[in-house]
Amino acid sequence: MHFFYHAGRYFTLLAKVFSKPERHKIYIKRLFSEIDALGVNTVGLVVVISIFMGGIITLQVAYNMQNPFLPSYLIGLGNRDTLILEFSSTILGLILAGKIGSNITSEIGSMRVTEQIDSLEIMGVNSASYLILPKIVAVVFIFPFLYIVSVFFGLIGGMLVGPGVGAITAAEYLNGVQYLFNPHYVSFSLVKTFVFGFLVSSIPAYFGYFVEGGAFEVGAASTKAVVTTNILILIWDLILTQLIM
Amino acid sequence: MIRVENLIKSFEGKTVLKGITTEFQKGQTNLIIGRSGSGKTVLLKSIVGLHEVDQGSIYYDDRDFTRMKMKERKLLRQEMGMVFQGGALFDSLTVEENVRFPMDMFTNQTAKEKETRVAYCLDRVNIKQEAFQLSPAEISGGMQKRVAIARAIVLNPKYLFCDEPNSGLDPETSLVIDSLIHDLTVDLNMTTIINTHDMNSVMEIGDKILFISEGEMGWIGNKSEILYAENKKLEEFVFANRQYKEMRDARIGKES
Repeated sequence: MHFFYHAGRYFTLLAKVFSKPERHKIYIKRLFSEIDALGVNTVGLVVVISIFMGGIITLQVAYNMQNPFLPSYLIGLGNRDTLILEFSSTILGLILAGKIGSNITSEIGSMRVTEQIDSLEIMGVNSASYLILPKIVAVVFIFPFLYIVSVFFGLIGGMLVGPGVGAITAAEYLNGVQYLFNPHYVSFSLVKTFVFGFLVSSIPAYFGYFVEGGAFEVGAASTKAVVTTNILILIWDLILTQLIM
Repeated sequence: MIRVENLIKSFEGKTVLKGITTEFQKGQTNLIIGRSGSGKTVLLKSIVGLHEVDQGSIYYDDRDFTRMKMKERKLLRQEMGMVFQGGALFDSLTVEENVRFPMDMFTNQTAKEKETRVAYCLDRVNIKQEAFQLSPAEISGGMQKRVAIARAIVLNPKYLFCDEPNSGLDPETSLVIDSLIHDLTVDLNMTTIINTHDMNSVMEIGDKILFISEGEMGWIGNKSEILYAENKKLEEFVFANRQYKEMRDARIGKES
């Protein structure tokens, strides 16, 4: 029953979010500011995480492939496919659910408990659309770019660490990265980033929009939002993998 | 003029408003008073549509708000201004942007016209130009309330609602806010409803006073009648502050 209550309220909120905006100009302005706040400000984190993860995956693959019958270039290939298929889409989605998702819940939740959302409603502004739509569009738009940035820097991380510790030569690593490349993996993951981007923005927005109480409840809503988003990302990862791969 | 008829509102089986019927006149400061938990905030939020009532009607100059479609409600809301208990200014905007916000959303005025109107409204509530570019966090509680009033009146509303406008303010600033709201109500000929439990406000600006007790209408009158009202619950509320009992006794003594 609890699930149906939340699902119903979530889809009702989405209907309100996607209704016609009052002023397109103001929404466009807000969209750019959200792209900057939620997307551009996340690039640094994505770069750092991806470099380290690319390096770590390369090392893990190298340690597990110490077999003379397995060619070394498979280390590069392993890193590439892990990044393209799962890390840069799913794992990054889980990480960003923490950063972007908690940001969205706490921002909207604070506005709710300080009556700023009521204030928008009294003015005749569709508060759901005004606050949430630019965030959803911004995150869905920026996520594929973050994915590409993550894959790129993950490969750089592997390139730095693999040859750096002597697990593989740079030439073998680059050979592996280019070996048997399947573009379908990228398009499949790009589809996932759109879905995850939508989840990472809309689920936390839902929890923030309906929070009741004070600072403690906003904190609790943030935690709930991140946990729920993570679970839904994993469920959708499973569904999309089964459907598209 | 705002008229409410037989307003009933419940939360999870508990009836908070039990058939409130009254009128709030234009050009007057109408006060809703009562103890904490008496239902006055629920009444105010029901009147503005933040709570959907279970039963009853709310008329804004004979327009039935309770039976309006969402689109009609949105249009009517552009005729309302509201000052919330905590000010409810938008944290991400400056003082000037906060006041300009309703104009950006609902008018096609030029930037110059908006600037002039915003400056006028902020001047009306005694906010100096130096504070225009500050964020709400950088100004005092009293200033936040005054900026909230400026934002509420920027579109020349017909109806002004204030939820505990003096909460958290010192007595002197409270008087400033009270007289500001009263003067604006008269000057702009608005229907103003103020939710308060501040007896100083009641005695200063109570053109019409509605006392609510346990979700029911306890008493209706004005500031000159309230000290003499024969209503046990109202007396307990008013004379909780001995100053008003002494004031009444002194007046009765003079008259006799």
